[in-house]
Amino acid sequence: MDLIRIKNVEKKYRNGVTAIYDLNLAIKKGSFVFVIGGSGSGKSTLIKMLYREEKPTKGQIIVGGLDVAKLRNKKVYKLRRKLGIVFQDYRLLPKLTVYENVAFAMEVIGAKKDITRIKVLKALEEVGLKNKVHNYPDQLSGGEQQRVAIARAIVNDPKLLLCDEPTGNLDPERSMEIMKVLEDINKSRGTTIIMATHDKDIVNKMKKQVITLKDGHLVNFKQKGTYDNEAV
Amino acid sequence: MKLFRMLGRSIRDSFKSVIRNFSLSLASISCITITLIIVAIAIMASFNVQNFTKEIEKDLTIVVFLDTDATEEDIEEVKSALDKTSNIDKYDFQSKQEVKEQMQKESEVFNTVLEGWNEDESPLKDTFQVKVKNVEKIARTADNIKKIDKVSVVRYGEGMVDKLISAFSSVEKVTYGVVIALVIVTVFLIINTIKLTISARKREISIMRLVGASNFTIKTPFIIEGMILGLLGSVIPVIFTTYGYLAFYKHFDGYLFSELIQLIKPEPFIYSTSIIVIIIGILVGMVGSASAVRKYLKI
Repeated sequence: MDLIRIKNVEKKYRNGVTAIYDLNLAIKKGSFVFVIGGSGSGKSTLIKMLYREEKPTKGQIIVGGLDVAKLRNKKVYKLRRKLGIVFQDYRLLPKLTVYENVAFAMEVIGAKKDITRIKVLKALEEVGLKNKVHNYPDQLSGGEQQRVAIARAIVNDPKLLLCDEPTGNLDPERSMEIMKVLEDINKSRGTTIIMATHDKDIVNKMKKQVITLKDGHLVNFKQKGTYDNEAV
Repeated sequence: MKLFRMLGRSIRDSFKSVIRNFSLSLASISCITITLIIVAIAIMASFNVQNFTKEIEKDLTIVVFLDTDATEEDIEEVKSALDKTSNIDKYDFQSKQEVKEQMQKESEVFNTVLEGWNEDESPLKDTFQVKVKNVEKIARTADNIKKIDKVSVVRYGEGMVDKLISAFSSVEKVTYGVVIALVIVTVFLIINTIKLTISARKREISIMRLVGASNFTIKTPFIIEGMILGLLGSVIPVIFTTYGYLAFYKHFDGYLFSELIQLIKPEPFIYSTSIIVIIIGILVGMVGSASAVRKYLKI
């Protein structure tokens, strides 16, 4: 079954730049997809449209049954509760502990305290940070901070996890740790993962599906793809 | 249950934020305090003015004197003419004899003087005491009565009373103007305070958005913060209203200048005024923060 369906999507920014031209895609539930391409290829725009940070100028985007392009500003939270998002810059709250940062995602949607506690601890265990629950973000390494962000993204059991260059600030070793965590989440939870990246090594090692974008056009969509220099 | 949990969180956040931005919160609170003190004075003044006006109007009577030679039939005719005149609520007739008896009762001197006169040479006149429905039209009604046959003089409390009422009402209008201006200034100050809290929490808000908090959840703490500022700002005005009016009432023994101008009794007047002041404070805070949220929280 398709979790995401993108039909004839075009995105033109107000400054006149077209980031995506006539994109058609279908992504199956449970898949792990890399979105690759150079800067300006439109991969960030694609991710942003999936969580409705940006609206497509034309076309239709369906995520888990929700018509994202038609979603009104007031209803965006309905989409966001179905997905988790991880960014390059972690976006943690510096004044909250690791536990509180993850629990924040549960609290603001009105979850009960005891359920929050169980889910937060489970998510932190999955990313391997159970022993750092009471630390503050600035006491953690970059890789650990990113793992907190991943825990926060999965704590609500989303169907979809969007990652926008999650390893962009990390050295290769830490990057592979993050990829291990993501792969585990994909396998054990069945969460669909879409990850934008320009890290060649990661893509080549992981052997997952690869969407290649160039200047806003879809170049190809391969099963077990690699980072193909000529295509990019 | 869920709603209560969310509200609890909102209230906690709002208090935190009031304390975190203490200096600006204090500025807003003092501005609300000053505004509300003036609002309280305006409310108490205008209720009292309304009270005086009502009391004075209740006593306002047109006295109609008939010609000395008016006969029984003439009196009947005047009565029916009065029935036809508009704006008359009710009237009482007092014959010469009744007037005489009343005057005799009132004073010894009158008693002896009036004793000497018999029915025919009495200088007294038959009178009607007329109450009107609408006091503002009293002058025209008096004129209409004057035109009736056999009516010699028409009197009502012209002059002093009118001037007093119009002076009161212009005082009232000026106070309202000042109050409105102050309320607007206060609303702007609150908008600025809330704007600061919003910008201090921009990161938090964007993360809330990302993890699926509804707009309602994001906005509520700011609106509650505005209401808290309003509530804190109304504390001093309420104390001022309660004790200030009590002291004022005591000092003047319940009336101003003359017995004619009665002050409203402090209880329950001070309580209702306090409640109005608190409600205005909370509303001002809410309106200010709601418009700040709309302007600066583009979500």
